[in-house]
Amino acid sequence: MTDEFEEFYKSFEEPELTADEKELLAQMPEIGEFGESRRKFLGNAAAGGLGLFALQLLAQEQVLARMETAEGAMFASVAEENAVAVRLQINGVEKSLNLDSRVSLLDALRERLALTGTKKGCDQGQCGACTVIVDGRRVLSCLTLTATCEGKKVTTVEGLAQGDELHPMQAAFIKHDGFQCGYCTPGQLCSAVALLEEAKNGEASHATTNLRSKARNLKLSQDEIRERMSGNICRCGAYPGIVAAIQEVHSGRETAQTWRFVSDEEIAALNTEEKADEIV
Amino acid sequence: MKSFKYTRSTDAASAIQAVSANKDAKFLAGGTNLIDLMKEYVERPNELVDITRLNLAQINSVKGGVSIGALAKNTDTANHPLVRQNFPLLSQAILAGASAQLRNMATNGGNLMQRTRCQYFYDVAMPCNKREPGTGCGALEGLNRIHAIFGYSEKCVATYPGDMANALYALDAIVRIKSANGQERTIPVQDFHRLPGDTPEKDNNLQHGELIIAIELPKNNFADKSYYLKVRDRASYAFALVSVAVALEVKNNQIKQARIVLGSVAHKPWRSTEAENALVGKSANDETFQQAAQIAMKGAKPLAHNTYKIELGKRAIVLALQKAMNGGAA
Ligand SMILES: Cc1cc2nc3c(=O)[nH]c(=O)nc-3n(C[C@H](O)[C@H](O)[C@H](O)COP(=O)(O)OP(=O)(O)OC[C@H]3O[C@@H](n4cnc5c(N)ncnc54)[C@H](O)[C@@H]3O)c2cc1C
Ligand code: SF4
Ligand code: FES
Ligand code: FES
Repeated sequence: MTDEFEEFYKSFEEPELTADEKELLAQMPEIGEFGESRRKFLGNAAAGGLGLFALQLLAQEQVLARMETAEGAMFASVAEENAVAVRLQINGVEKSLNLDSRVSLLDALRERLALTGTKKGCDQGQCGACTVIVDGRRVLSCLTLTATCEGKKVTTVEGLAQGDELHPMQAAFIKHDGFQCGYCTPGQLCSAVALLEEAKNGEASHATTNLRSKARNLKLSQDEIRERMSGNICRCGAYPGIVAAIQEVHSGRETAQTWRFVSDEEIAALNTEEKADEIV
Repeated sequence: MKSFKYTRSTDAASAIQAVSANKDAKFLAGGTNLIDLMKEYVERPNELVDITRLNLAQINSVKGGVSIGALAKNTDTANHPLVRQNFPLLSQAILAGASAQLRNMATNGGNLMQRTRCQYFYDVAMPCNKREPGTGCGALEGLNRIHAIFGYSEKCVATYPGDMANALYALDAIVRIKSANGQERTIPVQDFHRLPGDTPEKDNNLQHGELIIAIELPKNNFADKSYYLKVRDRASYAFALVSVAVALEVKNNQIKQARIVLGSVAHKPWRSTEAENALVGKSANDETFQQAAQIAMKGAKPLAHNTYKIELGKRAIVLALQKAMNGGAA
């Protein structure tokens, strides 16, 4: 590292607060920690080359998300002007929220209600990671304003299991290896669970051959499942497992699991081989 | 996102009044386009009037056809028995768009109103006459692979990106609108969107504060032979590069009536009455279809990166007509 760079780097480590910021901190000691650590993060991130735009987004998100804890003290006038009171049911529990009109359902779930199962991928409707079920329909929580959810029933991935018993779709995803990193999985699961109902109701998709048919309880082909799940993108490409899992739950026909854990003996055998290699 | 006041409206009159009274107010329907654009600071309203609870989501038979409410969701519209039976072309077009999640949110009114996907329009660091009149058009000499080949101006070469509207044009739909003075008016859907000309900032002929309340579909004889073909970069969950809505009424293999509407080639769905007329009275065969396709694409003026749309458009028209003759199965 050159001296010049070290100087540059140091300038981030010891942040200079502006007069306004100092005053704000004096008035609101509770945000001090947040302000400092964010500044440090900004420094590290800038050194690491994170774009300014991403930083702005992050900062805004944090400010919006923290509105309740800060009791509206930060940006007080804005908060009061556009605060919205919302009552909604999340996974069967009544919740009352008071939040900035801009807060998406996704941010409310993750940052305010600590339901971090629902994931943020693109935040723009293009990936499906944020899929939740609202009043029985799968929707994108990143493009839903929480304010519009008054009186609605929201189901997130946390609400799919019954106590310790996984939803059949969750169990099938495990059985069929329907994920790798797991980031898209909560969205895939909510989407797949809603898909089951849609097929029962006879709803059509772009892959449906006869739109004029009135059939219900559809038997979906692989192509149908793929089309109906196209709103959930998987960066890891776990699609074959996802389709197999959905097909099993949808059809009710059990299919064989194509993987298993290795046994202790097999591991032991592997170890001897390795040792043998080493000796050679 | 810029801060805004949020209100929830329960009747159309007060929603219209609220938006009419504030030039920076907007109606909020499914939010799938508006919220996205607000996150990008492309749209910066200071007030949103939530219209999703207005009593405008019915789909029912009316004299002479079927009326679909402006606030009915895309999913519910595509799946309604009246639509699937009588206007399968509309169901097909809606289902070709976006994803199941988005269609569950998107409303019919919002779908008509959706803005272009031109990448310069979306990027506030770029010049764009549609977003900021007078700043120039980034796409004219920039990357214009997804842009128009018909009806554009030097000011804007963007396309209308939607699917549903292409079917509505083929079905001679009528848009029912309520204005600030409480009066209702109708616009034939063909006159709803506009070409960019010198004012690309205006996508359509709706005035500020006017509310779309319904879309009417007059009865027709196209249900047996229609098809919506969408060509895109991947098989699903992508906007069209070229799409085509076709509908035929055929008796004894002779074409009585025809509709050909191309999508994603102009600032509005691009209907070719000339190509339609070339089909009428002819027997339905590949040669006739090819002639019509030639005529439909005549006069196309490609930009630097979208010449491919001409050949693609021709082939899409022929294939869609063949599929329509086969009963429009996917
Ligand atoms: C990732 C992604 C992929 C997509 N893919 C496709 C696709 O392949 N094909 C396609 O066709 N579409 C696609 N869409 C667009 C989607 O169909 C539209 O965003 C949707 O139809 C808009 O409807 P909405 O109800 O959500 O409108 P909103 O976003 O709520 O509103 C859009 C605009 O319409 C106005 N408005 C809404 N309702 C009315 C009314 N009744 N009267 C007057 N003004 C009104 C609003 O004020 C706003 O300006 C896609 C969207 C996304 C995010
Ligand atoms: S094509 Fe239209 S929308 Fe795109 S940059 Fe040019 S003016 Fe803007
Ligand atoms: S985070 Fe909502 S669709 Fe990507
Ligand atoms: S499992 Fe990694 S993105 Fe789907």
